[in-house]
Amino acid sequence: MIEFKNITKRFGDKLVLNDVSHAMQTGKTNLIIGTSGSGKTVLQKCLVGLFEPDQGEIIYDGVSFTEMEDEQRKLLRQQIGMLFQGSALFDSMTVEDNVKFPLDMFTKDSESKKLKRVNEVLERVNLVASNKKYPSEISGGMKKRVGIARAIVLNPKYLFCDEPNSGLDPQTSMVIDKLIYDITKEFNTTTIINTHDMNSVMEIGDNILYMKNGKKEWTGNKKDIIFSENKNLNDFIFASEFLQGAKKLRMMEGK
Amino acid sequence: MTFFTHFGRYILMLKWMFSKPENPKLYWKEFMHQCSEIGIGSIGIVSIISVFMGAVSAVQTAYQIVNPLVSKLIIAQIIRDTVILEFAPTLICIVLAGVVGSKIASELGNMRVSEQIDALEIMGINTRTYLILPKICAAIATIPMLVILSMVLGILGGRITVGLSGIISTETYDMGLRELFVPYNVFFAMMKAYTFAFIISSIPAYFGYHLKGGSLEIGRSSTRSVVVSCIVILIADYVLAALLL
Repeated sequence: MIEFKNITKRFGDKLVLNDVSHAMQTGKTNLIIGTSGSGKTVLQKCLVGLFEPDQGEIIYDGVSFTEMEDEQRKLLRQQIGMLFQGSALFDSMTVEDNVKFPLDMFTKDSESKKLKRVNEVLERVNLVASNKKYPSEISGGMKKRVGIARAIVLNPKYLFCDEPNSGLDPQTSMVIDKLIYDITKEFNTTTIINTHDMNSVMEIGDNILYMKNGKKEWTGNKKDIIFSENKNLNDFIFASEFLQGAKKLRMMEGK
Repeated sequence: MTFFTHFGRYILMLKWMFSKPENPKLYWKEFMHQCSEIGIGSIGIVSIISVFMGAVSAVQTAYQIVNPLVSKLIIAQIIRDTVILEFAPTLICIVLAGVVGSKIASELGNMRVSEQIDALEIMGINTRTYLILPKICAAIATIPMLVILSMVLGILGGRITVGLSGIISTETYDMGLRELFVPYNVFFAMMKAYTFAFIISSIPAYFGYHLKGGSLEIGRSSTRSVVVSCIVILIADYVLAALLL
């Protein structure tokens, strides 16, 4: 479980995160949702240590991340996998080398054992056939899957995904969502996903944190969201007439 | 941002660059890769510039020595000393600041923009040690070799030119090269080469690593890094000359 308490972050005069507290649960897909500029990415970057919060505490399974020494953080980070919005694959390496990189860096396994593990995760994301291709030779959806493979190759306890569906078609988005969801359940990871994709919210939102203007506005799960009376959340989630209709339908079904 | 802020961040970058490698094998591989990129990758341009630098020096020196009382041997001596003292270390390093420096700045800048540096950080890798240290070490290892190559080719270029154009005979040129040779000049040139190699690699690494913004900023920071490197090379050139000569 990852808990964060009273996280505040400023960039100059701009208050980006304002006293945000929440707990991300183990074995669940924890979604951070909100409009662009609501502070989702900054919050996620604070959680993984790419930004230092000005105030507040981050606790990984009972251990304070904010008070950790650099060496302790390095060790913890080996238990973190992250999928970036743009995938952040290493351009000069093939798909296989990208996925193998964390193994090369942190394990002393033999080459054959490492390649076996790489094949396992590439099979998991259905990309074995593309293992010798370079990132520039594969599609956006495939890049995301390689990013997932690289993130899970060391069996992380915590999986962070920043906008995993951005720039993808709805069908590919669903594939990525399902993959992340299945991995979370299979390996019991604490998965934190930043998204503003409503399909993801409705499909895989076990624990949802809705943020507005850097503040925690609402928390719940994909079922609660339908019946929520929070006006800001409803304006955000059910912005289109189609989704408003869907909400009415689900509410009728619920009643 | 003020000069002192940049300077402070530059010093901190250098300080944090020294940490225990997670896997020395991968760091060695990266160092060798950088040696190939920086050293072998620059042999072509260094060779061309050096030969022509020597050739032009020969023609222009001969053009200026019109007094029949001045020994023709001096042409070879002037070419030798200008190539060893200034052209090979300084001119070549300024060219390398453009070739190697812009490559380092844009490579790291692109990695920053595309979040590849963040990805390495999240994995628990000290990105300064993994990305910057091998580049600086490779530059320090290979650039002095390129400077030696440039000295040899520059003097050779002068020899070919004087021989072909009939300014002086190659025998006279060779005799002039051996006369009044000061070995300390080579030592001084190597001191310059090591210093400039550090400047050429560390300043662009700073600009690339600390890049903020989008892809447009990559070009800007690359240009800025070359300009700053060139200015620092010229200042260091003067300081070294004042201190060591």
